[in-house]
Amino acid sequence: MALRLRSSTSKSNFLNILRYNNLGFGTASHAARHLRTHDPTLLRVSQNPISRFCNTMAEKLSSVGENEDANAQVMDFPGGKVAFTPEIQFISESSKERVPCYRVLDDNGQLITNSHFVQVSEEVAVKMYSDMVTLQIMDNIFYEAQRQGRLSFYATTIGEEAINIASAAALSPQDVIFPQYREPGVLLWRGFTLQEFANQCFGNKSDNGKGRQMPVHYGSNKLNYFTVSATIATQLPNAVGAAYSLKMDKKDACAVTYFGDGGSSEGDFHAALNFAAVMEAPVLFICRNNGWAISTPTSDQFRSDGLVVKGRAYGIRSIRVDGNDALAMYSAVHTAREMAISEERPILIEALTYRVGHHSTSDDSTRYRSADEIEWWNKARNPLSRFRTWIESSGWWSDEEESDLRSRVKKEMLEALRVAEKTEKPNLENMFSDVYDVPPLNLREQERQVRQTIKSHPQDYPSDVPL
Amino acid sequence: MAALLGRSCRKLGFLSSGHGARRSVSTETGKSLNLYSAINQALHIALDSDPRSYVFGEDVGFGGVFRCTTGLAERFGKNRVFNTPLCEQGIVGFGIGLAAMGNRAIVEIQFADYIYPAFDQIVNEAAKFRYRSGNQFNCGGLTIRAPYGAVGHGGHYHSQSPEAFFCHVPGIKVVIPRSPREAKGLLLSCIRDPNPVVFFEPKWLYRQAVEEVPEHDYMIPLSEAEVIREGNDITLVGWGAQLTIMEQACLEAEKEGISCELIDLKTLLPWDKETVEASVKKTGRLLISHEAPITGGFGAEISATILERCFLKLEAPVTRVCGLDTPFPLVFEPFYMPTKNKILDAIKTTVNY
Repeated sequence: MALRLRSSTSKSNFLNILRYNNLGFGTASHAARHLRTHDPTLLRVSQNPISRFCNTMAEKLSSVGENEDANAQVMDFPGGKVAFTPEIQFISESSKERVPCYRVLDDNGQLITNSHFVQVSEEVAVKMYSDMVTLQIMDNIFYEAQRQGRLSFYATTIGEEAINIASAAALSPQDVIFPQYREPGVLLWRGFTLQEFANQCFGNKSDNGKGRQMPVHYGSNKLNYFTVSATIATQLPNAVGAAYSLKMDKKDACAVTYFGDGGSSEGDFHAALNFAAVMEAPVLFICRNNGWAISTPTSDQFRSDGLVVKGRAYGIRSIRVDGNDALAMYSAVHTAREMAISEERPILIEALTYRVGHHSTSDDSTRYRSADEIEWWNKARNPLSRFRTWIESSGWWSDEEESDLRSRVKKEMLEALRVAEKTEKPNLENMFSDVYDVPPLNLREQERQVRQTIKSHPQDYPSDVPL
Repeated sequence: MAALLGRSCRKLGFLSSGHGARRSVSTETGKSLNLYSAINQALHIALDSDPRSYVFGEDVGFGGVFRCTTGLAERFGKNRVFNTPLCEQGIVGFGIGLAAMGNRAIVEIQFADYIYPAFDQIVNEAAKFRYRSGNQFNCGGLTIRAPYGAVGHGGHYHSQSPEAFFCHVPGIKVVIPRSPREAKGLLLSCIRDPNPVVFFEPKWLYRQAVEEVPEHDYMIPLSEAEVIREGNDITLVGWGAQLTIMEQACLEAEKEGISCELIDLKTLLPWDKETVEASVKKTGRLLISHEAPITGGFGAEISATILERCFLKLEAPVTRVCGLDTPFPLVFEPFYMPTKNKILDAIKTTVNY
């Protein structure tokens, strides 16, 4: 289905990016001296990001003593050969230039000339766009429902629809997903219905999660999407373990985990990336760098050049991509996935974007950022309008289809909301089941006690939970 | 001192007082093994019986700092038995992911003192994995093993007993064996139990305790306490290495005419209240002993529960002989520990109340 336009050069392009952004030496002449005096075999070793340096014995080259030039001496420390330098040289804290960002569609949705991308069929492109629209409408309707008091809580994905949908479209259904909480679009792409979303948000008896968690904590084993937990970045090491399992079982699949710029500060981020590299696990780390962790801008979050440069520290191949460019997202994820599985390696993808919505319904982001800024991103840098321009210019979409889609989805969404609201809650026994595979004695006793108490004080308990 | 302990451990004869039909394992003969060898055997059996099981953690490749994983990498390969980076949150997080895909992930934390970086993964992820997903997912294949407890010279960070933190977490199980034969059977049960389990191994007994361990594959049930010594005057409840100390106290109490009933709890979460309740209803007195600090220790949970269930049958207050409320000290360890004589004094006080 997907036809890579410049497939033969894509791998070397990535290596070029690695070399290009080599953390620089102090001066060019020092760099030149290193290149001149190195044994060529050493260069190859040091350029290969995943070579395992197994040598822990210090060896002296037989040429020591023969070669008086101190610059030619090389010693093995645990970890492999390193050249010496008599200069005090620090690796700069940052490159002179920021890592460039891969994009294919310009701000107006026009294809950039000479761009590399993975071709999508009309069917896939139209589904991608439709799902982005559906996600947007679902978000708006759920948000309003919370404001009206019908839902206790909600968190939108506004502004990040392209990351959600395009990444999902580039994966296979067997790839296992470990989300943070702003990736319902991945579920949507895979077939989670509007009714299922609504059921979870209302915690009714049709909720997969049996009413145990807050809204937007979706999960579906049928769709290989692990249940959301609100704890930040805990899913990252889990994804690495799952990826290792897929590798050991020789599946043609990878694990994919999402997190935000805030999540990258958690210890679990460092744990996971390091493990993924050492275990050679086929896992994609997709960071939605949307500029904000609730009210904390990225300048208060880290001092590196975003996320993309962190991959190298762990020996992980990385790419920065325009998260609001659906075509670029699709291509990057598609390419990364193939590398991850065929080369048994992790890949880090930093998707730059902007969190247009508030953090959640418990947040009013105008308290820490300007309404103008939000509005600009919503209008001028909207991922939906860019992609829409492209599919329209490809002859695959029209205004009529747009309005048909929007009115149909809106109607479906409102109906799903209505049905979910009316559906009764799960039975009380679901409070005590699944803590363990089988309820132990203490829980059976506690259920008995609770039921007794309910008989004595029925007014203390919600009437919509069947007993 | 070590040799003396070794002799007295062997003399006390772990498990020789078999109790009940299900304790048929205790009457079987086997090879004489110490605790780390028994655990090693269990791991060999676990990996052999399930090809989708894995053992990993710091330094497990060469056999582990306590030799519990000896021979596993050579036999089952480095893809299934491997070293991890030095990162407990990563080790457990990775293990949860492996288990979530239906594998058995048998994780080693080098010392229980270092388990805390993994506490978030254990409490917020492992313990809730099944419940929060509506049983769509689970990580029941996860077993976390960690050496715990006093060793004579371990100080703050090689002696801790953190079981109480974990007993407060619905969704996981906490198991502590008292001897080599128990450890093998309990560990195999933990590995095969469809819930995530934390298995604390009394490191003091790794070499000190030697006992006949049947060579075949056997399992000892979880959440079943065992009366390892019958008596009528007072019930003593403990787990792990502390039971050897308690048993010494029971022997000396018997010389003074006090008949002690000693119970090994084995599983602390979910714990077998019924066995302890039945015993206390018989004896009317309860003494709990553990190395962990007394305040907030698991003895408090046992005491509160038994008070609720056996109040009218009690002849004396429930007493706890435990570690003190200090970080585990080095030079002062003998003062910190719940010794045989502290226990014996408490037995007498309780009986004479």
